[in-house]
Amino acid sequence: MSRRRHEDADGSPYAPHSPDETAAMLDEVGVESEAELFDVPDDVRFEGELGIEPRNERELRSEIAATLAKNDDLTEFLGRDHHTHYVPSVVDGLSERAEFLTSYTQYQPEVTQGFLQALFEYQSLLVELTGLPVANCSMYDAATALGEAARLAGRVRAASGTTVLVPEILHENKRAVLENYVDGSDLSIDTYPMDDGNVDVDALAERADEETVMIHVENPTVRGTIEEHLSAVGRVADDVEALFCLGTDVVALGLLEEPAGVGADVVVGEADALGLPTAYGMGLGLFATRESFLRQVPGRLVGASEDETGRRAYTLTLQTREQHIRKERATSNICTNQAWVALRTAMHLSLLGPDGLVDLASECVREAEALSDRLSALEGLSAPVHDRHHFREFLVRTDRPAPAIAGELETEGFAVHAVDEHRLQVCVTEVNAGKTDELVAAFEEVL
Amino acid sequence: MNHDQARYGDDERYESLLSEKDSTEIDIETDADSPLPDDLTRDSVELPSLSEPEVTRHYTRLSQMNWSVETGPYPLGSCTMKYNPTFAEDVAADPNGAVHPDRSEESLQGTLEVLYHLQDYLARIGGMDAVTLQPPAGAAGEFTGILVAKAYHESRDDDRSEVIVPASAHGTNFASAAMAGYDVVELPSGDDGRVDLEALEAAVSEDTAALMLTNPNTVGLFERDIEEIAEIVHDAGGLLYYDGANLNALLGRARPGDMGFDVMHYNVHKTFATPHGGGGPGAGPVGVTEELAQFLPSPRVRERSGAYELYDPERTIGKVHGYQGNWLVLVKAYAYIARLGDAGLEDASAKAVLNANYLAERLDCEIPYEPFHHEFAATAGERDAADVAKHMLDHGVHPPTTKWPEFVPEAMLTEPTEAETIDSLNDLADAFNAAFAADSEALESAPSKTTARRIDQADAARNPQLSWQALEPSEE
Repeated sequence: MSRRRHEDADGSPYAPHSPDETAAMLDEVGVESEAELFDVPDDVRFEGELGIEPRNERELRSEIAATLAKNDDLTEFLGRDHHTHYVPSVVDGLSERAEFLTSYTQYQPEVTQGFLQALFEYQSLLVELTGLPVANCSMYDAATALGEAARLAGRVRAASGTTVLVPEILHENKRAVLENYVDGSDLSIDTYPMDDGNVDVDALAERADEETVMIHVENPTVRGTIEEHLSAVGRVADDVEALFCLGTDVVALGLLEEPAGVGADVVVGEADALGLPTAYGMGLGLFATRESFLRQVPGRLVGASEDETGRRAYTLTLQTREQHIRKERATSNICTNQAWVALRTAMHLSLLGPDGLVDLASECVREAEALSDRLSALEGLSAPVHDRHHFREFLVRTDRPAPAIAGELETEGFAVHAVDEHRLQVCVTEVNAGKTDELVAAFEEVL
Repeated sequence: MNHDQARYGDDERYESLLSEKDSTEIDIETDADSPLPDDLTRDSVELPSLSEPEVTRHYTRLSQMNWSVETGPYPLGSCTMKYNPTFAEDVAADPNGAVHPDRSEESLQGTLEVLYHLQDYLARIGGMDAVTLQPPAGAAGEFTGILVAKAYHESRDDDRSEVIVPASAHGTNFASAAMAGYDVVELPSGDDGRVDLEALEAAVSEDTAALMLTNPNTVGLFERDIEEIAEIVHDAGGLLYYDGANLNALLGRARPGDMGFDVMHYNVHKTFATPHGGGGPGAGPVGVTEELAQFLPSPRVRERSGAYELYDPERTIGKVHGYQGNWLVLVKAYAYIARLGDAGLEDASAKAVLNANYLAERLDCEIPYEPFHHEFAATAGERDAADVAKHMLDHGVHPPTTKWPEFVPEAMLTEPTEAETIDSLNDLADAFNAAFAADSEALESAPSKTTARRIDQADAARNPQLSWQALEPSEE
């Protein structure tokens, strides 16, 4: 009873039934055909064709490769909440082991200790980097993590306030996601002004009042500036009893001020800055918070316990917060998260170690400063726009219209982001740092 | 089947934590060459400092202590753990697809073309007019779909406050509706396991924004009255939402759009074989009717005279993800659908339903609700379904979803998928039946062949230790 399918045979290549086996199974079930097993009324039966042509594996791989090859081969100097760092090959090799890649959520912990331990370690790495004692095992991305933080703030608020304060330069997509996450609650979003790429603390203090449930600050900001007033922001938040939510990323955490040290109550952001290559915006949402909010945390948590032999073992825990138990009273609707990306991030962090992480973060500061200086030396550009330290990215003021320059750079093989009519944003990491000479030359060409 | 899972470690633990292998503290001021003034940096970083060979061995051991669909049967009901074709990984790893979302549309014609075709394929499969690929998981798709329904009602100045959800629905349905600001009205299951039309009539009102339904439902039964259900909901001015978790039963044979559903999500990690990665990432595209397309998240992809472009639907709800969702998952789903085509998709469902029925035939237990499709809810009867599951672990299979849905006593919701051979179904049946035949002592002492023995989950919740920093000193 060979089960091998000829390439041209009808049917799914991944349904391994030989015709004889199918016949035997139908016989056992007591029906003549598979169609008899479908209890679907005639009126809603689909008799048409979907019109999807099957392809064999070889054809399909070359077809999709040919399609993706239509993307222009550009060297990207792009950031804004989706950052690229070099991911060591071993992260691919290990994370793509089928035992990790093709497993499900750990509903049977005895047989899934490996993934549970990896997620426990991921949580622990984030606890170390944020200084906060509770980190969940992932949200979808930085934007949805921020949305969840606002909802958490609504649940734990001390006063009756309803306002979430965010910086006026928040990424527009993040702002849009946040709006949807608070849409079903009584929360509303307001902005506070920035001063030369940092929080305008006086203006924030004026804006914050008993109506404020959360103050969101980013470090680095979406413009790449390093925030210098985090402790002051923490005090403003304390004064009005609002949650201090700090947005950041997993590389920046290796060097910049520790969130717990400046009074952050919640840390959100991009954990995918490590472990995940550029993936058209796919992310990994970092979420960490204080012990006192433990029962209000969204998403999955892995905890340590013991098995019957007394050995340490891991399990999903505090599940009464979650949708499959608490239904409409759950802390979030999240079920499937980004666990496999979290695994990769933990692997990448393990490979870097503390010195590797600090070096990488330091390079993000140095490379940005160096490139900024070189661009600023060109006629028609000045950089950085903000007189601050920068992390990976910075703004460049342009004499000529920025969108036109970005378009011309694209024809030279480079992608940079035009923020508005006279400002470009340029992002540099170790991945594209070797191409800065060419970028500078291309700028010279188009200016 | 005989099975012993890998088990590393010693008397204290199964594999040492990274932090137990090394912990190194770097003082930023003295040990690092920091480019920043001290007041802008942290004082120190303490992390494991391990070599690549050590890290490799650590994670390889962890992987060996983990069950997966490539290891053996994984019949979690409602989860559709089917085989994940390896070639899709290679497709997703194409460096030409590793692009930043801020790039111009002109420079990303390949990426947009793939997404455009995937939108089209999903629309065909669901019988829907328009699809967004942005939601990063099924629950995010539900949230998106309900926000679309809300925007629709608001556009008509129609103030509605309730979403109806069957008691047996996935927990995410309740939570997603609540997140969108709706009161959830729970619809009790009828005696036959289906929607009770009278109860539905009683539940709908001018406050009904939507009914969320999965079909086949959570015990695998097709809601035969679906057209009447649609009529009742539509007559009340509500919309009908399809939870795509069980779509693997119906590919090419019935389509939500044809049944009267207005909004649906697809779980591509279920139906379209993208690997679940131990909890995610998934992707939860949402399909809608023509009338609702204007409310979908921005941006969507369209074709204009041979070129692909992004655009914002006229009355878009905005965004549900920071960029365009989980690209690496979407491209694998596209590869899977294109690999199978019409005949393959239809065959996948046919074999999924055949496998469920064949397996059920061989089990020594009661299955209260029939005729089921791709999954069935067996009952463990007098036994504790959780104990039965633990016993099954010792037989080289993963057990089904247990104790859910709740209206089936000691439920064992079982979905073998099309990927299992007759031999592995027989193994699975043997594992079930061995557990049903075991005495209570054997059940309670299982499992013994897995990496860990029975784990005290209650203690984990009573005494949360959520990081290595929080571990009790005795375990250091």
